[in-house]
Amino acid sequence: MTSVFEYAPAPESRSIVDIAPSYGLFVDGEFTAGQGTPLTTVNPATEEVLSEIAVGTDADVDRAVRAARKAFTRVWGPMRPADRGKYLFRIARLLQERAREFAVLETLDNGKPITESRDVDVPLAAAHFFYHAGWADKLDHVGLGAAPRPHGVAGQVIPWNFPLMMLAWKVAPALAAGNTVVLKPAETTPLTALLFAEICQHADLPPGVVNIVTGAGDTGRAVVEHPDVDKVAFTGSTEVGKQIARAVAGTQKVLTLELGGKAANIVFDDAPVDQAVEGIVRGIFFNQGHVCCAGSRLLVQESVHDEVIASLQRRMGTLRVGDPLDKNTDIGAINSREQLARIRELVGIGEAEGAHLWQPAGELPERGNWFKPTVFTDVSPAHRIARDEVFGPVLSVLTFRTPDEAVAKANNSTYGLSAGIWSEKGSRILSIANQLRAGVVWANTFNQFDPTSPFGGYKQSGHGREGGRLGLRAYLKES
Amino acid sequence: MSDRLAVRKTYKLYLGGKFPRSESGRTYSVTDAKGAFVANAAWASRKDARDAVVAARGAFAGWSTATAYNRGQVLYRVAEVMEGRAAQFADEVAAGEGLSAAKARAAVDAAVDRWVWYAGWTDKLASVLGGTNPVAGPFFDFSVPEPSGVVAVLAPQRSSLLGLVSVLAPVLATGCTAVLVSSHERPLPAITLSEVLATSDVPGGVANLLTGSAAEIGPWLAEHADVDGIDLAGAGTAAMELERSAAGTLKRVLRAPAEEPDWTADPGLTRMTPFLETKTVWHPIGV
Amino acid sequence: MTHVLDPTAAGRPVTTGAPDAFADVTRSDSAFRAFLHGLPGVDQVGAEARAAQLGTRSIKTTAKAWAIDTAISMVDLTTLEGADTPGKVRSLAAKARRPDPTDAGCPAVAAVCVYGDLAGVARDALAGTGIHTAAVATAFPSGRASRAVKLADVRDAVEAGADEIDMVIDRGAFLAGRYLDVFEEVVAVKEACGPAHLKVILETGELRTYDAVRRASWLAMLAGGDFIKTSTGKVSPAATLPVCLVMLEAVRDFRDATGVQIGVKPAGGIKTTKDAVKHLVMINEVVGADWLSPDWFRFGASSLLNDLLLQRQKLRTGHYSGPDHVSVD
Repeated sequence: MTSVFEYAPAPESRSIVDIAPSYGLFVDGEFTAGQGTPLTTVNPATEEVLSEIAVGTDADVDRAVRAARKAFTRVWGPMRPADRGKYLFRIARLLQERAREFAVLETLDNGKPITESRDVDVPLAAAHFFYHAGWADKLDHVGLGAAPRPHGVAGQVIPWNFPLMMLAWKVAPALAAGNTVVLKPAETTPLTALLFAEICQHADLPPGVVNIVTGAGDTGRAVVEHPDVDKVAFTGSTEVGKQIARAVAGTQKVLTLELGGKAANIVFDDAPVDQAVEGIVRGIFFNQGHVCCAGSRLLVQESVHDEVIASLQRRMGTLRVGDPLDKNTDIGAINSREQLARIRELVGIGEAEGAHLWQPAGELPERGNWFKPTVFTDVSPAHRIARDEVFGPVLSVLTFRTPDEAVAKANNSTYGLSAGIWSEKGSRILSIANQLRAGVVWANTFNQFDPTSPFGGYKQSGHGREGGRLGLRAYLKES
Repeated sequence: MSDRLAVRKTYKLYLGGKFPRSESGRTYSVTDAKGAFVANAAWASRKDARDAVVAARGAFAGWSTATAYNRGQVLYRVAEVMEGRAAQFADEVAAGEGLSAAKARAAVDAAVDRWVWYAGWTDKLASVLGGTNPVAGPFFDFSVPEPSGVVAVLAPQRSSLLGLVSVLAPVLATGCTAVLVSSHERPLPAITLSEVLATSDVPGGVANLLTGSAAEIGPWLAEHADVDGIDLAGAGTAAMELERSAAGTLKRVLRAPAEEPDWTADPGLTRMTPFLETKTVWHPIGV
Repeated sequence: MTHVLDPTAAGRPVTTGAPDAFADVTRSDSAFRAFLHGLPGVDQVGAEARAAQLGTRSIKTTAKAWAIDTAISMVDLTTLEGADTPGKVRSLAAKARRPDPTDAGCPAVAAVCVYGDLAGVARDALAGTGIHTAAVATAFPSGRASRAVKLADVRDAVEAGADEIDMVIDRGAFLAGRYLDVFEEVVAVKEACGPAHLKVILETGELRTYDAVRRASWLAMLAGGDFIKTSTGKVSPAATLPVCLVMLEAVRDFRDATGVQIGVKPAGGIKTTKDAVKHLVMINEVVGADWLSPDWFRFGASSLLNDLLLQRQKLRTGHYSGPDHVSVD
């Protein structure tokens, strides 16, 4: 008896979420109207409009910053640190209690597989609050001397690839350190941030401590450039990061940037090959490749190139693409039409430049934004697909012959966010890890994250770290 | 008093471990605090700055991977050699800054002590700024500080020696290499310091000292794509524009306060952490 | 609906080598050690993470019904107790033929697995059913006897009617690095089996590392084993998902290299339908549909069958069943 094992649909129910037809801005503890022309947010898997979202204008942002300033001066700043911590613990618990709802909402708004929002995004978001909650009354130990001080009002702008998780990476350390926050979620993925506003209300967080101003680029710019913002934190593209760095030049604003990447994932001939193939897959197809630290450049030792690529292609054929709410989906929808167009453009350039494109057989859903997992072989370091961040499920394969060549090719990038090494030889791993100019090096693993572990880039991948003691320090100054 | 006629020094640039004149052939007059001519200094050009960046980049691999112990010994050696030339430094500081001999000597002593202080930091940074991270999974996870790369340093304009050492030593202590532009009006201690560096086991190219004008060279360094960080200590009113330029390649920027600070104060880690990256490494724990 | 991009992908060979590609790796102790130690390593954390990830697949409704019937058909219904009697074996054989007396549509199991002295009883009780008689042999479970005794044990069982022999490897020799000794013993056992299928028990709980599991798998396949089997069931841990993953990767790679397909049998510790379905998911996604058959995959189990039957009844009737609605063994 040989048969095909077809998995029946296993959709997570969306009835757990209750999406309002429209959302206002969360300012000073309340939802209020925005003065800009509202946006709509859509489900990228179906292109169904999910809700109408207020757009914050300069005046709205000003209102939010004032609320944050007032809360900083009168309530959050003077509060007993242990109590600040307790609020964060409350938030962590509330996130855990409503985890399923957050996961479904994130998947609806972002297009990522429910297994990822359920098993990665939401648990890590809660973990970030839990971790930073404990710091609130231990700030003397962060390494900035006794009684370090918060900066004041933090203006934070986050991307669409991990909407809730990025919120947590920004908000949790800011609040633990005693700052108040004006957060601008991404234009295409505002819903979990707005549900988080409700969590703040349920936690009885004092009004103005967290303000969420939705909108697009102009709203973000208003947050960054507002003169009463003391600390700016941004995660997003390198291009926008440069604009922000220019905008804060000459001010007293403290800046951290977490930007793009083009990580090398280096596979040596002594790699644990089955785990390496999984690591390659996790490195580039996790979250549809919408990951700044994605392992988008596979550097494979020439002696094992054919074997690794054949295994990788076989594995890629088993990836399940489709309904992000289906619990068996591995690759969901591309977050927006714009992003899909950019991926297509770069893939077109890759083909035109002579790299060899391979995609698994099979069909994609008709409606929605989709892109097949893609691997380019015969890529040269000069090709655009070897240099530019695609931010999609597209892997470029290059080869090397010696460890020195691997390091030279890996470091040959204006980015320096992350890198991977696959080898069974400990001393080689440590040597290569030493030489890589990247902020996170995953050896025999990839795309692991933890609130205790500093994350951030070298070179044009940004500066500053998020996570751990170092990440917290970015929200504090010596007294 | 001896009637011997003094042999004067030709002040040149320090670049890649050598002492060239400016490729431009330009010099400018350096006067003492009272306006009297002291010497001609080389007026570095943008091409000199470019060459200095090349030298600094070339030296980075060796300096950044030298053991922290070795870097500490080299910086301590700088202090030793400098101490032996204290009188010369004191004369230059007194003349340039218009200080009494006692105050100039105190500045020299403080500068020597600053090298000693930073020499002791090289092999402490990783344990103070790094460590293991208790991640919630079967992974060994640790973070270490690493130098950012090539740092452009615009040295303070007023404090010609203590200020100079206070901005150069931390950059070298981190393992970065430096392209430093000295005080424009008070460049002589920088040149003498170059002679100390050249005889103190500091590898050529690790520290490159240019005399001339930060206002002229600064923008080229701020925009240079192969410069990783910039210290704006001596940038003056140009600081904002330089920071904007530096944003084009996302350099690490150490801003300067509006007024030149009191360089005798304990600097803590504040002049090193801006030029340190953190690398976090993960590895599974298994059998 | 989500769908796998390329349904044939998992089972597609990436290379096909000559069957005799490894003919000379057993020419000497050192050559064999070099070969086995040259196999790619297995990272424990990565392998376990992959197994856990496959374990999160959600198998519902029609897929679950298919999986349950397939799993039942793959069960080697096992009794390996000192207290076993002909009566016990006959009772087990009856259950093997018709696991759910209330439903004629329920498939029979693949085999009944007993000690060698009861193989004849099993064979007689299963006559004409197509259900195989499996016997453990080679001084099961420890394997601590002379080779002559082990081979006699095998011949006895085969003569008594066993058409499948579950042997144990000499773990002592394996862990001591005497790979060629272990290999030669498997070769000898295979010869003693005659027409009977040989399942080679690695006793992975004693091998301790996945690297060793991979090496032992290759050793057993090269020596002529028809199946590689995780465990005796007498040592804990017995079958685990990541161990099975590593063994599936080994049979996949072996077929890629030689064109020869080898079966896999996890045994011991698989007690629930959920566990069984996770294994089927793993087969499906790691080696492909070619192994989704009792010819190529077995569950060595006793209590698993009743849980499969309970779940089957639930799917069929729409309400939960209870232990009194399936037979005790």
